[in-house]
Amino acid sequence: MKTKLWITGLAMATAMSATAPVMAEGEVYIPMPVYRVGPYATGGTGYFGGIIDYYTLMNMTEGGVGGMKIIWNECETNYNDQKGVECYHRQKEFQGKQALFFDPLSVGISTSLVAQGRKDKIAIIAVNHGRTEGQRGDVFPYYFMPGINTYDEHSIITAYIGELEGGMENLAGKKIVLLFHGSTYGREAVEFTHMLCEKHNCSSEAIEVPHPGNEQTSQWLKIRRSKPDYVVLRGWGVMNPVAMQTGVRMGFPISNLIGNIWSNDDGDVKPAGSSANGYQAITTHPTGRVAKVIDEIVAKLYDQGQGDLEDKSRIGSNYWNLGVMAGVIHLEAVRVAQARFGPDVNSAQVRWGFENLNLDTARLTELGANGLVPEIKTNCMDHVGGHQAKFMRWVYAETKWEVASDWIDGDVELSQAIIDAKAENAIENEGITPRDCNDPAQRDDFDV
Amino acid sequence: MIYRETGTFITSYLEDRKLFPIPFDKWAMAVFMLFMVFVVPFIASDYWLAAHLIPILAYGTAALGLNLLTGMTGQLSLGTAGFMCFGAFFTFNIMLRSPEWMNLPLAMILAGSVTGVIGIIFGLPSIRIKGFYLLVSTLAAQYFALWFFRSYPYFLNYATATVTLPDHHFDLFGIGETFNVDMASFEAKYLLSLGIVTALALFAKNLMRSATGRNFMAVRDMDIAASVIGIPVIRTKMLAFFVSCFYCGVGGALFCYAYLQVLGIRTFEMNRSFEILFMAIIGGLGSIAGSFYGTVLVYEFPILFSWAGDYIFGGAFDTAVVDNVAKIMYGILIIALLIREPGGLAALWATAKQKLRTWPFPH
Repeated sequence: MKTKLWITGLAMATAMSATAPVMAEGEVYIPMPVYRVGPYATGGTGYFGGIIDYYTLMNMTEGGVGGMKIIWNECETNYNDQKGVECYHRQKEFQGKQALFFDPLSVGISTSLVAQGRKDKIAIIAVNHGRTEGQRGDVFPYYFMPGINTYDEHSIITAYIGELEGGMENLAGKKIVLLFHGSTYGREAVEFTHMLCEKHNCSSEAIEVPHPGNEQTSQWLKIRRSKPDYVVLRGWGVMNPVAMQTGVRMGFPISNLIGNIWSNDDGDVKPAGSSANGYQAITTHPTGRVAKVIDEIVAKLYDQGQGDLEDKSRIGSNYWNLGVMAGVIHLEAVRVAQARFGPDVNSAQVRWGFENLNLDTARLTELGANGLVPEIKTNCMDHVGGHQAKFMRWVYAETKWEVASDWIDGDVELSQAIIDAKAENAIENEGITPRDCNDPAQRDDFDV
Repeated sequence: MIYRETGTFITSYLEDRKLFPIPFDKWAMAVFMLFMVFVVPFIASDYWLAAHLIPILAYGTAALGLNLLTGMTGQLSLGTAGFMCFGAFFTFNIMLRSPEWMNLPLAMILAGSVTGVIGIIFGLPSIRIKGFYLLVSTLAAQYFALWFFRSYPYFLNYATATVTLPDHHFDLFGIGETFNVDMASFEAKYLLSLGIVTALALFAKNLMRSATGRNFMAVRDMDIAASVIGIPVIRTKMLAFFVSCFYCGVGGALFCYAYLQVLGIRTFEMNRSFEILFMAIIGGLGSIAGSFYGTVLVYEFPILFSWAGDYIFGGAFDTAVVDNVAKIMYGILIIALLIREPGGLAALWATAKQKLRTWPFPH
């Protein structure tokens, strides 16, 4: 009996199995290492939902990218490094087609793959995050962090504080506290915050909040004693709403608490309730329906009952918008490569595409992404390219963010020295032979 | 029929002490090892080597280490990932700061020994406390390791969060350069891991058959009785911590070098300790081969399930659905397995072997 049941089950399963689609000519393959399950599922469903929606829209309206239909398959990573590495090896080839690049939206997974990506000639993409020294494209040719890096983030925050004070010269004599998460991620900004304040004659102090940060009374008492003009919040997860609540309780004006890029999600401000009203945070991609392309996705996908998000209210949310932004950058890199190498590009050629992005306002308007995606111009020495961000302010009564500033540029000159030092360290530690970006032959060679 | 002892006569003590007394077993093992060494590297794709075999070998070493401590000596531990962290970081530092002649296996042994000494320090509470209390005190090792390497960036050679381990660390005795072989290829990494794991498993097997191993088991079964019959309990416990942490350290080094090729603190968070504890329990506490069975099951099950999901339903379901179903199935499987067979997979295998011996005439 038992055996029979088994056999029936197996037969049914085989009958149900859809014949795998055979990769046709005129298609490009992009792997989708999603995480729809686990503690970070909100980020994963939003981000990859945004990418999938944008790809679907392109397949629908433009027949893909440069005339090639975009196909993808999903692999569930759970935001887990090991599973991500397994997914990478599983997905780097699909039905005989090579993956064009790999974008896992996870620091752990992407850093684990930096060396492997170089060996396989597959670019590893980490939008807005990752190893800061990865900016140096001569040292890390197959690693890209389009958007901003940690140092841009903090110099932009300082510039915004200057703007709030009515000019950078007014920063002199002011006091800025960096309240950071007690992890490698949190510490990364400490040294640079002091450097920034040295440059602008303000005084700075760094206060650590041990992980996970659900109790911050002693830190905020310390802040109250040192009477800073601004507190920069470099938080993560539960630390963010607790900082807002504790700060307000201690009488610190919330409008002078400025959040960094991982302290700007709806999930960070909503738990803080009314305390978060007027809280400002940096972002590379304002939330809401801020660009034409988003309206188009809504009209052509969601209004027709399609679209990847199950919960339509998340259209325009932080992670979903980041996904759309990533989709725009991805396909622009493919287009740049196609313009030079013809429609059927390989991954090394797409790497060259990522290295020669030129998303200026005119191009972004053409793509309908103006207002959502910052200007990004990459080159051999700069795999970040954006160095630009905006600020948003949380409006509690309407439970939404409003855009609070225009695009602000990061202090690239100041950060270059630290990035170079770190890149030198990586060259020595990891035995890398860098390219020479001044040599046109090496610079223009896609196959490095 | 298959595991037949008939016709095998043991005529000396030496023969009685053989690792594989049944000829079939011996030959099967030999064929298996030859297959793993001479065939697998040539037929297995990068995917199989990089994402299946190498991680299983690395996890298996750590699970074996934990099994020596928890399964054999009865000292519960949740510091496994912490000890792996020590092993991995020390291996990197030894490779980085030693002269040219240093090579990876030697560095792993040295790093494993240092980890073993650290293990003894964290094992000291086991003299006075037992069971779950010890479990909690070994947690200190877990947190200490992460805190230590986070606080002293020297050990990461001042890199930000992770270091990609350089290819030239893999070169053994200049073989790679002389013969122009890529020693950092997955085939080479796989063979290196396989060699180390085989040596360690053999050592563990023989250790357990020696007086030391019997001391371990005596302490596990009842340490008061053990001390009454003259077994040095404290020394035995400390030795168990040393050996176990040595294995965990080497496992951690393999995990970073052979598998991820990236060194970072995040790899050794708390949940890794739990994962390895599950491997040891499911495989069978107190069994050396069981550590590897458990590793294969715990590591492969979710992957195979997601594969099967992909293949059978061809993307008709969300990856989230497949993944959640896999987790449910996995939970059910483990509960069912441990109810039916508390000894884990190793005990299941032993039963199967017994059945095969008498098959097809069990009566």
